[in-house]
Amino acid sequence: MPDASPRRPRRGLLRLREEIPGWLFSAAGFVVPALLLLAWWLVTELGLVRPLFLPSPGEVAAAGWQQWSDGTLAQDASVSIYRIVVGWAAATAIAVPVGILMGNFRLIEGALEPLISTVRYMPVVALIPLSILWAGIGDGQKILILFLGTFFQQVLMIMDNVKTIDRNLIRAGQTLGFSNAEILRRIILPAALPGIWDTFRITIGWTWTYLVVAELVAANAGLGRRIMDAQRYLATDTILFGTLFIGLLGLLTDYIFKKTGQRLFRWAQLGR
Amino acid sequence: MHKLVIDGVGKTYPGTAGPVTAIERIDLTIPENQFVSIVGTSGCGKSTLLNIVGGLEDPSRGEVRIDGTPIRGPGRDRGFVFQSYSLFEWMTVAGNIRFALEKSALGRAEKTELVAHFIQAVGLGGFEDAYPRQLSGGMRQRVAIARALVYKPAILLMDEPFGALDAQTRGMMQELLLKVWEDHKVTVLFVTHDVEEAIFLADRVIVLASRPGLLKNDLTIDLGRPRSFEIVTESAFVALKREILANIREETLKVMAAERV
Repeated sequence: MPDASPRRPRRGLLRLREEIPGWLFSAAGFVVPALLLLAWWLVTELGLVRPLFLPSPGEVAAAGWQQWSDGTLAQDASVSIYRIVVGWAAATAIAVPVGILMGNFRLIEGALEPLISTVRYMPVVALIPLSILWAGIGDGQKILILFLGTFFQQVLMIMDNVKTIDRNLIRAGQTLGFSNAEILRRIILPAALPGIWDTFRITIGWTWTYLVVAELVAANAGLGRRIMDAQRYLATDTILFGTLFIGLLGLLTDYIFKKTGQRLFRWAQLGR
Repeated sequence: MHKLVIDGVGKTYPGTAGPVTAIERIDLTIPENQFVSIVGTSGCGKSTLLNIVGGLEDPSRGEVRIDGTPIRGPGRDRGFVFQSYSLFEWMTVAGNIRFALEKSALGRAEKTELVAHFIQAVGLGGFEDAYPRQLSGGMRQRVAIARALVYKPAILLMDEPFGALDAQTRGMMQELLLKVWEDHKVTVLFVTHDVEEAIFLADRVIVLASRPGLLKNDLTIDLGRPRSFEIVTESAFVALKREILANIREETLKVMAAERV
């Protein structure tokens, strides 16, 4: 039956910026990977590529099961997660105060911004030999690489987070008689924190992407190490499993940050 | 004795294409508890003047004195209300107002009482625990007014506080502001570009000349108080409005003529 009313609601799922049902939004996120998985399975099942170039999903899963049952997966994951957490936390511990100072004092911004912007483009991989000379071949060297890969991007992003807050908030603090230090800690920091939290979420993702680089040299355990080892034997199933597993851990990290952020900053999600 | 003296204040910014004068020279003396509106074309330096009195910007020339003492930076003898609300969004309504009392020597109980009093005064009873993002623009600005008054500053500085509100809300806020002001007398400097708002609220309207920022006119608004919104149709009100609008139109034409050259 055609609708009799003169103004029918516009139909279609591809309307600019319009909402779609929540279930559909979530489902779409599963459908695309599922289709890719299906295509992958078909290509290998039909023998269109040689297993060396692309092992089947089953082989990759078997490689994963193997690592899980002999305990290497748990050991690799715990070693890598430890390095990620320490490397990222060290970068963050310095980037937050430095970024806040750069975002609020022009002198500090002027002094550090050109330097950091330059270092940010330097390839971290190229620093591996130096990092070994400086930090040895233990965990410290891996953490140093993760730190270098994270810090310089993060500090500039935090500076920007801080700069976007309304200047009149600072002025309000000044008229209320607060000192610079109090305004930084009690007004600027909380106002910028939701944005800074988003930066945390993005930058820990980048730390994950540096894991393989960090474990390139002189590591005997770790998710990245396992991939590099598999490369030597052309064990493509292990390489693919390791890569996918790092992706999954990254997704999990992202989810944890997202949910924690929503809990911590309820005020920022309130709307009319 | 005059509460607030603006003595030969001028402001010049070092622009990229040579220095830009925002304020040429302004002299004003304002007695205690006077409500002064400042109007002018955009770019006449009215917000700059307010920032200088607030201590948020330093004047290039001259000085501002409160009770005879030159000001040095911002201070708790002045409260500021900005157009952009500028509330601390991670604090509740009561939290925002209480935050303004942090530097005060009052005891806990007295602070709590003051906060409650000002929440009632601006008509926000029942919204103590709401967060700013849950409030409408008018309600947010009421929080800002309460926050600026709760620590009892001698001078209240308001920079187009109702500029972002819709016309109906603005009218309600003007009446609310007058009511709060009559109950808690304070010297007010109120910057606006709305001539009707300027007259309705004030004891005195200052018209600034467009660049280079000089005094154009200084009118006494002798309309009696308390006022209600009906006053805007009275002939005395209309005459004042006509005079100020003519002043501003003259200045606007000057700006346009200067731009054409």
